[in-house]
Amino acid sequence: MSRPTPLRDVHESLGATLTDFAGWLMPLRYGSESAEHNAVRQAAGLFDLSHMGEIFLTGPQAGQALDYALVGHLSALVPGRARYTMIVNERGGVLDDLIVYRLGDEEFMVVANASNYEKVGNELKERAKSYDVVVEDRSDQYALIAVQGPRSQEILATLTDADLDGLKYYAGLPGLVDGRNALIARTGYTGEDGFELFVANEDAAPLWHALMAAGEPYGIRPAGLSSRDTLRLEAGMPLYGNELSAELTPFDAGLGRVVKFDKPGDFVGRSALEAVKDDPPRRRLVGLVARGRRVPRHGYPVTKDGAVVGEVTSGAPSQTLGKPIAMAYVDMGVEEGLAVDIRGSQEPMDLVELPFYRRKK
Amino acid sequence: MSNIPNELSYTKEHEWVAGLDDGLTVTVGITAYAADALGDVVYVQLPEVGSTVEGGDSIGEVESTKSVSEIYTPVGGEVVEVNQAVVDDPSLVNSDPYGEGWMFRVRMEGDTEDLLSAEEYAALTSGES
Repeated sequence: MSRPTPLRDVHESLGATLTDFAGWLMPLRYGSESAEHNAVRQAAGLFDLSHMGEIFLTGPQAGQALDYALVGHLSALVPGRARYTMIVNERGGVLDDLIVYRLGDEEFMVVANASNYEKVGNELKERAKSYDVVVEDRSDQYALIAVQGPRSQEILATLTDADLDGLKYYAGLPGLVDGRNALIARTGYTGEDGFELFVANEDAAPLWHALMAAGEPYGIRPAGLSSRDTLRLEAGMPLYGNELSAELTPFDAGLGRVVKFDKPGDFVGRSALEAVKDDPPRRRLVGLVARGRRVPRHGYPVTKDGAVVGEVTSGAPSQTLGKPIAMAYVDMGVEEGLAVDIRGSQEPMDLVELPFYRRKK
Repeated sequence: MSNIPNELSYTKEHEWVAGLDDGLTVTVGITAYAADALGDVVYVQLPEVGSTVEGGDSIGEVESTKSVSEIYTPVGGEVVEVNQAVVDDPSLVNSDPYGEGWMFRVRMEGDTEDLLSAEEYAALTSGES
C-alpha cells in the first residue's frame, strides 16, 4: 500500500494522475507534463515533495558526527547554509545523495531521498553512536512544498516578510509563510531559481492553496513527478537509482568533488575512496542528444559501430531542446559516432557535456 | 472518466477499431484511456503501407515522456493507409484519440482478435483506474 502525503486530497481535487513512487502515492502529473515543465522554465511550478526524508541531528557533536558519517565537511558549514553531499558504504559505494542544512550551532537537518531515507536514518543513528548527538527521523512530521521557476521569488515574497533577497542559493532560514512556520530554503532540483518550504503536515494544504493563489497572476501551475524528472534531466542533475547507486563511488559519477579528504578525522568510506580517487575512470557521465525522435531510456545500451560502449541512465524528450536527451555512462575517449540501441535499432546520438540546460542569471 | 464511444470495438491492449461493419477496411487507434495513461505522446511509429500483418502483431509504438508502448493490430490484412498527421504531430493522440489521432487502416484478410464492446472495455478499464 502506498502512503499518501498530507496533500493527497489536494492532488485528487486537481485531477492528478497519482502513481506509486518509492512507496508513496505521488502526483505524476495534473494534466500535461509538458505544460508543467514549461511553466517551471518560464514562470513557476508548485511541487509536493513530502515523500523526501528529514533526519535531524541535534547536540554538541552533531557536526562531528556528520563529518564521520558522510563524505562532506559538514562541521564547517555556517548556520543557515546547506550543502550537497553523499553517504557511502565502507566500499565507497553511494547509499544516497543528500542535502544537509545547518540550522544552528548544534542542529542539522539531513534531507534524504524517499527511497532511501529509512536506510539513511538507520545508518546515521549507527554511525553517530559514539558522539554526543541525538539522531531523529522526523520525516513523518514534515511536508515539503517546492516553488520553482523564475517567478518564484516574486510569488513567495507576497506571503512572507523573510529576507528572500538575502537568502543565497543553498541556504535556508526559518520564517513565516502565510503565517505558518516554515524552513525556507533556496534549493531545488529543476535548474531554476526556487524555494523549498519545510512545514508541519497540517500546514501543507493551506500553504499549497496560498501559494497557488499568490502565484496565479504569475502563471504558477501545480507540477508532478514527471515534469520534475524532465527538468532535473535537462539540468544534468543525478537521480539516485539512475546515475547513482551503491555500485558506484562519487568519483565514478564524476562527483568526486563532494568527497572532502582534508576534513579532520576518519569517515566511513575514506580508505576505499582514497584508494580509487586517482584511478583513471573507465567511464564518464555525459549527455546524449538524439538526432531522431525515438527516446533513449534507462538501461538501454550505448553503442559505437555495433559494440556496447556505455549505458543510458536517464532519458526523456526534452521540451527545451525539442529533442530526446539522455544521461549515460560512456567509455572514456569515445565521443563520436555514438548510437543508442532503442529496442534493436541503432539510433544516432551526439555527445554533449552536461548540463543540457543552464538558466540565464 | 475516459470517453469510450459506443460504436467502436476495443482490444485489451487499448486499441479501438472502427469500420468492422463493412467488413473490408478498418481504422485503428488507441483509446482515450490509453492516451491519458501515457501522458503527452511525443513519438508515434506506424507500419509501412502495403505491409501484411497478422491479428495480434506488434506493428508500431507510441512513446510518451515517461514510457513506450507497443501498438498491436487487432486485425490481420494489408496496411492500406497510415496517418502521417499523427506522426508529424503526436499530440493528436492526446487531443483527439478517436478522430485526428487515428493510427492506421487495414484491409481485412486474416482473422480478427477477440474484440470487446464499449461496455466490456469500460468494465476492463474501470478495474485498472
